[in-house]
Amino acid sequence: MADELKELKIELSKNGIFTTTLEELYNWGRKNSVWPLTFGLACCAIEMIATTMARYDLARFGAEVFRPSPRQADLIIVSGTVTKKMAPQVVRLYNQMPEPKYVIAMGACAISGGPFRDGYNVLKGIDRYIPVDVHIPGCPPRPEALIHAFMTLQKKIDEQALAGSARPRHLNKDLPSEFPVPAFGEHGLEPPQNNEVFHEAAGNPLKVIQ
Amino acid sequence: MMGHAEHPWLTIVGLLVGAVAFGFTPLALAWLWARVFSPNKPGAEKNATYECGLESKGDSWTGFGASYYIYAIVFLVFDVEAVFLLPFAVAFTGLSLGACLAMLVFLLLLVEGLVWAYGKNVLTWA
Repeated sequence: MADELKELKIELSKNGIFTTTLEELYNWGRKNSVWPLTFGLACCAIEMIATTMARYDLARFGAEVFRPSPRQADLIIVSGTVTKKMAPQVVRLYNQMPEPKYVIAMGACAISGGPFRDGYNVLKGIDRYIPVDVHIPGCPPRPEALIHAFMTLQKKIDEQALAGSARPRHLNKDLPSEFPVPAFGEHGLEPPQNNEVFHEAAGNPLKVIQ
Repeated sequence: MMGHAEHPWLTIVGLLVGAVAFGFTPLALAWLWARVFSPNKPGAEKNATYECGLESKGDSWTGFGASYYIYAIVFLVFDVEAVFLLPFAVAFTGLSLGACLAMLVFLLLLVEGLVWAYGKNVLTWA
C-alpha cells in the first residue's frame, strides 16, 4: 500500500500536482530547524565553531542558532574528549534537553576515547551513557565531516515515522527521556556503562578497560 | 448597515477579535499538537531550575556583602531615577504643587546619592 501511494505521488507530481503527508511536513520542518546546544569539550569544538562561521556556514541547514540553554536545544554535539569528570555533566545536560533530541559524537575521543583511550581519566566513548545518533571519526574531523554528519542526521529525522511500533523515542511514552547520570566513584565512573544504551560490537578487538 | 451607525466601535471590536485570534490560533494549534502527538516526559533533572549540567548546591537565598552598597546607589541614581523622570517630564505641566514637591524630594535624595558616589571617586573610568 505504501509503495502504491508513493508511486501515485510520483505520478501526480509528474502531472504538476504536489501532494504531501502530515508526517513528511512535520519531519521537513524538524530537520530544517535543528538547534544545537552551545557546548564544546576540546579541539573538535574549534572545528564545530568553524562549521558555524561564514566559510562553512551551517546556517544553510537551518542549524545556526546555537542555544546556550539545554531547554531550547534539539541537538548536542559532543565535540571532544569526554573526561570521566565531565561525563556526568554531559549526561545531565542531555537529560535536560526536551524531546525530540539528538546526539552527534564528533571525533575519535567522543566515539571511543581516541588517542587518550588508555588514559585513566578518559571516557571510552559517550555512547556508553547516552544514545548517539551519528558518529564522526577523525581527529579532529574537518567541518565538511560535521556537515556530512549533520546531513546524515537530517536524513534520519526525515525517515522517522510518527506512528507505529517503529516510532522514535520522543513519541513513545514508555521509553525514557532521562538517562542515569553516572557517579564519580573511587575507581572511575559507576556504573561503567549504561547497558540499556551501550551495545558493544560483537568481537570487538579493543579490550574494554574501565 | 444600521448596526454600524448605532455602534461605531463595531469595526474596532471586529479587528480586535481578528487580531487576538491571529495570535492565539497558532499557539492553540501548537498546544493541541503537543497534547496529541508528544507524550509529556518530565523528570527530576529536566525540571531542575539550574540548567548548566552541574547540580546546584545550597540555597540561593543568601546574603550579599554590604560592600556592594555603592553599586546599589549608582543603580538607583542612573536606572531607577530615569524610569521615574520620564513620566514626571511628560506630566510636568499638569502636576499639582504637592506632586511636584514629592518628586523634587525624590530627586534630591538621589542627587545626594550621586554626590556621595562622586565623593567616593567611583565615577572615574580612566
